[in-house]
Amino acid sequence: MPPIKRTKFKLAPEQLLEMYYWLKLIRAFDERLSVLVKQGRVRSGVYTGIGQEAIIVGTCFGLRKEDYICPLHRDLGAFLMKGVEPRVMMSQMFAKTTGLSKGRDSALHSGVPELGIFGNTSMLGANLPVAAGLGLTYKMEKTDNVVVAYFGEGASNVGDFHEGLNFAGVQQLPILFICENNQYAYSVPIEKSMAIDDVADRARGYGFDGVAINGNDVLAVYQATQGALARARGGEGPTLIECKTYRWHGHSEHDKAFYRSDEELAMWKSRDPIPTFTTYLRTRNILDDQKVKDVEARVTGAIDEAVEYAMNASDPSAEDATTDLYA
Amino acid sequence: MSKDLTYLEAIREALVEEMRRDPKVFVLGEDVGAYGGAFGVTQGLYEEFGEARVVDTPISESAIVGISIGAAMRGYRPVAEMQFADFISCAFDQIVNQAATLRYRYGGRASVPIVVRAPSGGNVGGGLYHSQNPEGWFVHRPGLKVVAPATSYDAKGLLKAAIRDDNPVIYVEHKYLYRRAKGPVPEGDDIVPIGVAATRREGNDATLITYGAMVTPSLEAADRLAKEGVEVEVIDLRSLLPYDKDAIFRSLEKTSRVLIVHEDIRTLGIGAELSAVIMEERFDALDAPVLRVTYPDTYVPFSHVLEQANLPNADKITAALRRLAEY
Repeated sequence: MPPIKRTKFKLAPEQLLEMYYWLKLIRAFDERLSVLVKQGRVRSGVYTGIGQEAIIVGTCFGLRKEDYICPLHRDLGAFLMKGVEPRVMMSQMFAKTTGLSKGRDSALHSGVPELGIFGNTSMLGANLPVAAGLGLTYKMEKTDNVVVAYFGEGASNVGDFHEGLNFAGVQQLPILFICENNQYAYSVPIEKSMAIDDVADRARGYGFDGVAINGNDVLAVYQATQGALARARGGEGPTLIECKTYRWHGHSEHDKAFYRSDEELAMWKSRDPIPTFTTYLRTRNILDDQKVKDVEARVTGAIDEAVEYAMNASDPSAEDATTDLYA
Repeated sequence: MSKDLTYLEAIREALVEEMRRDPKVFVLGEDVGAYGGAFGVTQGLYEEFGEARVVDTPISESAIVGISIGAAMRGYRPVAEMQFADFISCAFDQIVNQAATLRYRYGGRASVPIVVRAPSGGNVGGGLYHSQNPEGWFVHRPGLKVVAPATSYDAKGLLKAAIRDDNPVIYVEHKYLYRRAKGPVPEGDDIVPIGVAATRREGNDATLITYGAMVTPSLEAADRLAKEGVEVEVIDLRSLLPYDKDAIFRSLEKTSRVLIVHEDIRTLGIGAELSAVIMEERFDALDAPVLRVTYPDTYVPFSHVLEQANLPNADKITAALRRLAEY
């Protein structure tokens, strides 16, 4: 593994509490969506990232508005952290006109240019060449803004991964390639899709560094991100950060995930990123029972409001099925 | 003021003028830099605009289009060159799933102003992978625009229109015409609007609808028919998506007979669609079935004998026009 310079960082207690809030909000949002699918209120298109929240929080925390993110289908939290209102994301999942795509697609296939969010298609890895294009414009403009592009270990087997990362390496583009290695591409485990252990090793083939880290440790993710951001902003090109993690639910909410054992799931649940971080905050007296209660009330309030708003929002009308095809 | 330019020079002139006019316009593709492109279309651009705006890429067609989409998300207007239209299949997903759908899934809040130049067509001894006419694939995709100029004038005017268009445009440039088509091109801004056909020859007895490299043999066949007392109106579509339905209907209401000629293959191609629309909407105006002269449902063989056997030409078009006139 090539050495990645360890970056010192200092986060104020209120920043750490904000991280905690985001972890809790993203977890609760996905959990609520899971329930809404079971209730038949949200039809489909729900791919939760439960268990993977530390990656989103650790990478998105402190990004600039001008930075661009290219999230994948489990990264609803990245939309929230980059500034999309929970009620808008909930509307998106309810296929309402108040959602990002006005009911055209319930999944995370939409984006918001003014917030620096590029929504990918279902073709995994297809966002990586797009990330390279975004990064190329920052290089052209000689700004120090960056692109943070997400992909799964499964998508690292797609041709677009190679084309996107190769171009980023050649051009030394300011991009963080964040691999969310959750061990399964739908049902196919990593050992059946890759002949190496670490996606991070692939970076070397493109002329930049890759590092594999514990993706369930929000501060480890944050630290690695800060190091890579400093390099990218300083014109030193891309970095690949492979975050080892695990998705608790199936590929989609309809997938019972029979392809993995209860023991494996239990082992990964014991590495839940939220209690780990909670313990860290409590031992430093940043978090106490009252603050936990406050955060949980805030989270529940935000999600209740979002659901209420989305349920009462209007459905698209039939003619919306054929509009917005052309500018 | 106008001057005579080849079709290829006209494309280059449009690129140069648009790049001078708008700093957000840039070109990218394989060998487009110092080499000047496989056919020489981008010759001189690298010297004038530098490597930041004339970007040599690896052999990565998917990334070339993906990068273009990313740049477009930040307000740029990239012109991507596919070295041969045949290679566009490697970029298919980025075009049809990423670019074409983007505005729709973004709820109308973004657009993708990219141009993908596709040097197409046979009659150049190119064989299977240097001769294809892929336009039929892309007219089947809402959200895209597809243009196919036949003259130097249109090559320049349509490329300018494509670059200024806010939608993804597939610009199908026929290689056979590169140095064989030569004609007057106005200096400066003469935009050929997308979606407007040109009547190349007027006539009252039959309507011939065509585009691209098939315009010349179609005119030749029409001249032959004129000697037999049949005046054929030749319509050059110029734009394939959207196509100029009004121009087609105006002509057929006058002539009551329609022949469609294209170099793309036959089954479920552009001719099939035009024929269906004519029969659905103007059945009463017809005195004869809509006929087609197209490439047969096969590939482009390398042998000159085989390729000529397949290609539509003035003789085949003449025969079809005679058949049409007999009804």
